[in-house]
Amino acid sequence: MKHPPLLQAKNLKYSFNETGTSTNVLNDVSIELFPGEITSIVGPSGCGKSTLLYLLGLLDRPDSGEISLNEKDVLKCDDKKRTILRNHKLGFVFQFHFLIKELSVLDNVALPMRKAGKSKTAAYEKARDVLGKLGLLDKSNRFPHKLSGGEQQRVAIARAIINSPSLILADEPTGNLDTENSKKVHSVLSKLAIEENISVLIVTHNLELAQSCDRVIKMRDGRIIE
Amino acid sequence: MAMSLIGIVLGIAFFVITQAQTSGFEAFFIRTILGTNGAIKISDRFQDMDGTVSKVSKDGNFQFFFRSREEAQYTEGIRFPDEIRNALASYQDITGISEVLEGTAELAGSSRSFPVIFQGIRYHDHSQVSELNNQLIAGAIVDFAKDPMSILVGNRIAERLMLKIGDRIVMKGGTGTLQLRIAGVFETGVSQIDKKRIYIHLSTAREFKGERFAGSFFQVALDNPDKAPELAAQIQYHLGHRSVSWQEREKVWLDVFKALRISSAITVSSILLLSGLGIFNVFAIMVIEKTRDIAILRSMGFSRFDASAVFLWQGLIILFLGVLLGSFFGFLGTYFISEIPLRIRGIFSTDSFVVNWDVFHYLWAISLASVFVVIATWVPARRAGKIQPAKIIRETL
Repeated sequence: MKHPPLLQAKNLKYSFNETGTSTNVLNDVSIELFPGEITSIVGPSGCGKSTLLYLLGLLDRPDSGEISLNEKDVLKCDDKKRTILRNHKLGFVFQFHFLIKELSVLDNVALPMRKAGKSKTAAYEKARDVLGKLGLLDKSNRFPHKLSGGEQQRVAIARAIINSPSLILADEPTGNLDTENSKKVHSVLSKLAIEENISVLIVTHNLELAQSCDRVIKMRDGRIIE
Repeated sequence: MAMSLIGIVLGIAFFVITQAQTSGFEAFFIRTILGTNGAIKISDRFQDMDGTVSKVSKDGNFQFFFRSREEAQYTEGIRFPDEIRNALASYQDITGISEVLEGTAELAGSSRSFPVIFQGIRYHDHSQVSELNNQLIAGAIVDFAKDPMSILVGNRIAERLMLKIGDRIVMKGGTGTLQLRIAGVFETGVSQIDKKRIYIHLSTAREFKGERFAGSFFQVALDNPDKAPELAAQIQYHLGHRSVSWQEREKVWLDVFKALRISSAITVSSILLLSGLGIFNVFAIMVIEKTRDIAILRSMGFSRFDASAVFLWQGLIILFLGVLLGSFFGFLGTYFISEIPLRIRGIFSTDSFVVNWDVFHYLWAISLASVFVVIATWVPARRAGKIQPAKIIRETL
């Protein structure tokens, strides 16, 4: 028996307003994400994949539609509550690692947990645990510019999962990586989905990566076509 | 950021120092004035005044009157000093009353004579309305107090006529001549007084002038000299004698000091303003440089306030350190300046820089610095809080 959906989005619409012209980016998009499942979204550039990801990640608000997380309508929440949800329930991995260059690997990974109110000791302990699982414990005290591309992206994943989120949203996580590192990153995400029962949504151009996911959603012109 | 902090420190320090200096000279001048000519001078009596408008309210509780001084006629001097004294004594704010008979005479020394203005006083009364005792630079006030035929002369007069304590001098004019003994030499620092004024006993002055019962004016001291204008107006209205407060008497000099204080405050405030602009500049650039980091932090669950708080805290730290160090250096600078030797004679007498220690100088400096730093910090902090993470991340990718 399938678990109930972790996240449900219904009839999402979104448009940009630039220089007086309105551009529709998403048209009536509905999607469900389930725990422990890796879902990929593929489509040509400009079809609205990343926009959909940001809306589901509560980084932006749709013009209309509904988004429910654990059966709670999150669009009715104010900015403060949505910020808390992002901290506790969601994790982001972007094409670029976006690590804070002034902080060490350990400090970067511990950041979300420190924001969640945990003590420095507890946050660092969990950060070391997560880094250890990703094979990066020996890099804890280094700074981001001293790591390889693959290592940087794995640190970004560690940061995304430290608060044990229910959902990881990854926007082209392997976009800047070579084949070997891309496989490593995909492997990490898959392992997390299975072992931690986390739902993972990946936006990607990489068809090989997409097809290795549990579910593939195809988009074109702001709509889901398959 | 260090330069901005230095700017805040210097701005506060200089503000405190310049205000201490300018208000110091002003305060010293006021002390000198009050110590020589008193808080209020009550003199000539008004006769009928044309152009008087008087209205009384219907219930009789309020009265309005307007008198034109230009049409006023005066009777010179104080005709009934005892009555006036008793009336003045009923004012609670008045702490000292001295009757003075003033006139002109000529002092004849051994080789030359010199025109002077004499003031006949009762020493006991006059010591309560002036600093005469502290102004003595030679002789003893006790000697003057017990000898009705003694005289106190201004130091410039003493220099001109080469007078020493104990010398005899002849005063000519009035009803004849008087031979008086030099009991003391005073210096007020006000050159117009030191080169013209002498003090003799009131009884001696009356005999000299042939006015046995009259006086020229009353000089009064107040509990709070700042209340002099309103009290002078009341005295003038009730007693019908011209009453002039020290503020009115010295308006020109007081306006000069006020202008000096304000202009120095404006000048030094510009240092604080520039420092505030420096802080704004640094923070504004920091917000731009950290826009991406702020967007990522927002995606991790940091709130808008968290993004703003980084800059607000930095601004507060700069303000706190600036206030602490600025106040300290302001205090130190004020002290060192007060030790600088500076000889001034003319409108007052001093041999060193005069400063005024006032906590309000520090409060004003801190308030100004706070306004500039808060504005300089708040604007970029607010901008940091308004960063839209999705838009920034999208643009970065």
